Amino acid sequence: MRLLPFLASAVVTIGLVSLLNTQLSIGPTKSPKLGYFLSPQHGFWKNAEKINTNFDANLVAGELKGNVDVYIDDRLVPHIYADHDEDAYFVQGYLHAKFRLWQMDFQTRVASGRLSEIAGADKLSIDRFFRRLGMVYGAEQTEVKINETNPVMKATVDAYTAGVNAYMKQLAPEDLPFEFKLMNYEPELWTPKKTYLFLMFMSYDLTGRSAALDLQLTNTRDFLGYDLFNKLYTNTQDSLDPIIPKGTVYQKPSIVPIKPANSDTNYLMHKNTLAYLTQPSPEAPDKNNGSNNWAVAGSKTKSGRPILCSDPHLGLNLPSLWYEVQITTPTHSTYGASFPGSPAVIIGFNDSLAWGVTNAGRDVLDYYELKFKDSSQNEYWFNGEWKSVTKRKEVIKVKDSADVVEEIAMTYWGPAMFDAHYQNPQSKGRNLAVKWTAFTPSSGVEAFYQLNRAKNYDDYIHAISLWTCPGQNFVLATKSGDIAIKQQGAFVARWERQGDFIMPGQDSTYDWQGIIPNNENPTIKNPIRGFVSSANQKPTDASYPYYLGTASYFPLYRGISVNKHLANMNQITAQDMQALQTNNDNVFAATARPALMKYVQLDKLSPDAKRMVAEMTNWNLVNEEHAKGITVFKIIWDSVAQAVWGDELAGSDLALTKPDDFVLLDQMLKDSNWSIADDIRTKDKVENFKDQVTLGVENATLKLLELEKENKLEWALFKATRVLHLTKIPALSRMNLPIGGGMNIINATTENHGPSWRMIVHLTDEIEAYGLYPGGQSGNPGSPYYDSFVDYWAAGKYYRLLFLSKENLIKNERTKWHIQFKTAS
Amino acid sequence: MKIIISILLCALLAYAVGIYGNLPWWSFVVTNLIVAIVVPQKSFHSFLIGFLSIGLLWAGLAIGIDQGNHHILSTKVATILPLKGSYISLLVLTSFVGALLGGLASLTGSFIKMK
Repeated sequence: MRLLPFLASAVVTIGLVSLLNTQLSIGPTKSPKLGYFLSPQHGFWKNAEKINTNFDANLVAGELKGNVDVYIDDRLVPHIYADHDEDAYFVQGYLHAKFRLWQMDFQTRVASGRLSEIAGADKLSIDRFFRRLGMVYGAEQTEVKINETNPVMKATVDAYTAGVNAYMKQLAPEDLPFEFKLMNYEPELWTPKKTYLFLMFMSYDLTGRSAALDLQLTNTRDFLGYDLFNKLYTNTQDSLDPIIPKGTVYQKPSIVPIKPANSDTNYLMHKNTLAYLTQPSPEAPDKNNGSNNWAVAGSKTKSGRPILCSDPHLGLNLPSLWYEVQITTPTHSTYGASFPGSPAVIIGFNDSLAWGVTNAGRDVLDYYELKFKDSSQNEYWFNGEWKSVTKRKEVIKVKDSADVVEEIAMTYWGPAMFDAHYQNPQSKGRNLAVKWTAFTPSSGVEAFYQLNRAKNYDDYIHAISLWTCPGQNFVLATKSGDIAIKQQGAFVARWERQGDFIMPGQDSTYDWQGIIPNNENPTIKNPIRGFVSSANQKPTDASYPYYLGTASYFPLYRGISVNKHLANMNQITAQDMQALQTNNDNVFAATARPALMKYVQLDKLSPDAKRMVAEMTNWNLVNEEHAKGITVFKIIWDSVAQAVWGDELAGSDLALTKPDDFVLLDQMLKDSNWSIADDIRTKDKVENFKDQVTLGVENATLKLLELEKENKLEWALFKATRVLHLTKIPALSRMNLPIGGGMNIINATTENHGPSWRMIVHLTDEIEAYGLYPGGQSGNPGSPYYDSFVDYWAAGKYYRLLFLSKENLIKNERTKWHIQFKTAS
Repeated sequence: MKIIISILLCALLAYAVGIYGNLPWWSFVVTNLIVAIVVPQKSFHSFLIGFLSIGLLWAGLAIGIDQGNHHILSTKVATILPLKGSYISLLVLTSFVGALLGGLASLTGSFIKMK
């Protein structure tokens, strides 16, 4: 033995093995373990799925009560046929795990503040935010409620959980989903709590904007003073076309919330002067989270049968939030989009009816200011005495680092999210507790379970009455010819402006005075106009007896566009509805462009600016992929808005929020001399809309010339719509999609946001349904089914959905594979 | 001839210990080492045997998978790593990493038996 060469060679070999078996730091991220990752028998190559993979399988599962047949069609959509309801959910869990396991793990990690555990201290601020907001606390409330009061839902979620885990237990290490290998961690078994955490995340996504907005509104009010604030952030929307038609008469409210005495001085006009500490806060939910849904009655369709449409607008991600499935058991047969992480179908149809949802947007999250006795934060002042808190411990594990422990004081209101240990620029050194309807123990998940089985209008009303958070507009159409829409959730009975700002929390004066009873939530059934619709606008006009929340929650123009089209349409077919769902008309610009042209002083513009104005006026007011006029309009509008209120909002070092576009447009239409148009920084001159629009156009032109140079004036190139992988890694995403649409447009596709599932259901005897989402049924980036619907989606095309009995599905030419589940016996 | 047999033996054993995902990905280092001890070669030959056996095995397996996948995943991974999206570069890298380690393992083994 040659000792020296041996030792040298051994050291190099072992060193190389260690190096290739280590995650290396590359900036803030870490590389995979390269040797493992590249090994064709262990690493990512194992995830490179064969193009013509055969998905046939015979499986045995002792948890099942009977046999289950799953037929998979050519789009990889499973059709589950089970003799027992619980078996169907077991198999749904199994399939969710088989195709979406990493996503299920990752999404519940985000919701429960456990990203640092796999990604290190870099993600700590996100984890702390969600822990302190009470996400885990909320999920626990739901779990206790369901375990103690709802045996049917408990059995359902348990069966689903068992299905997920049955898949995981047979999963060989080399077959772990790609992202686990990339990020070098392993999944843990599913639990019912993870399902509730996922649903809690949906509550956050759809009602959590208040968590940032309430603070921003408070800062803005403090900065401007209430009078100016109230002008710029008015709740009056002149052009509102509400969900429930104007002029509807509402019954007398059973709760009449009473505004506290002195609330003007102690709340509305209150001005805070505290210094603030800094701490980054994670991104708030997208302001554009919204949706369209509508149903037309048989009186307006060619067939004489209703048609229902639903397209929820959410962040566009890969793997998609949605997973298509058909579930057929002796009790029901349902098809639609499901959430990987939760049993049943969320938006879909069964053999009697169809339903869809849009976000209600009502404010159900408030902050209350606390006074602690001392720095121990063990007692707080409430209703004239020092009350003890209970301390909730949240332990955050951090990869390659020590645990971080959050001690959260639990108060009458809820968790004290912001305190001396946790601050951000918006909370300004204050102690703030969160009160949120998502903490209320509820078995809301049963609403969807019941909708899956509903046969008629009464079943639908009963099913959705169980729903509490996030509040939704549930639209309905039945085979028997009914159409309806109801805004349902646990909504706070508020007095005017209650909860728009941080509220005093030293006594119960500012507490919620009740939850609006379900039968007083806005509802309409079979209206004479022959259609119902919602697009996140205010549900009612001002005659509704409850305060709805600040207008910033309620976009105006999509609803106007939907209603205008539906009112004019007759003899409607499913194809007409496809055209409407992908419609790119810009009703906002249709009103705003003439307003701009009314004020712009063309003779004062530079030649380039004139050319841009001409580009805008020659535009056909449709947000088409190749249109340049919309890009010019958008930049000009934003620039004019900045010219009008940029001066008022300048100079604050706090996070403020911008006024909504409708405020400026309504004023331009009715008041040429609106005082806000004056630039308060020029003492010797009083500017008006003419000055500001002309200035705005000139400023915009500078930016537009740059875009022109980069060849980015065309709308799709400017907007650069993308469907982002959940890790935001571009290589796993679909970038720069050729698609029009945008904000205020029915086809609400913005940069990374838009119609996340488009569905059209024609309620003929044999249901005619179309749908797709911008993703694919497989979550595996190495599968051809990973993004197989994206191009079709961008092109505004649809798939005919297969909704058939077992006998007919087996015979159908689009049915490709069969997975058979057998009980052990 | 002995060299070819050694290459085949190394590749076969490496493949065998790779089938069970519970064994670490670097198990072939041990099998290459053993082959180099049991079937002694000159050091340089040993390195070559180890290098070629694993290099060819990994290249063969990866190319086979990649063909069946129409380069869907390899193109994405070659963008992340970053190899400018070239699946060929990724195949070369995969093969080279296996080959280098395989060569070093065999080389190490060869020093144990050399007189």
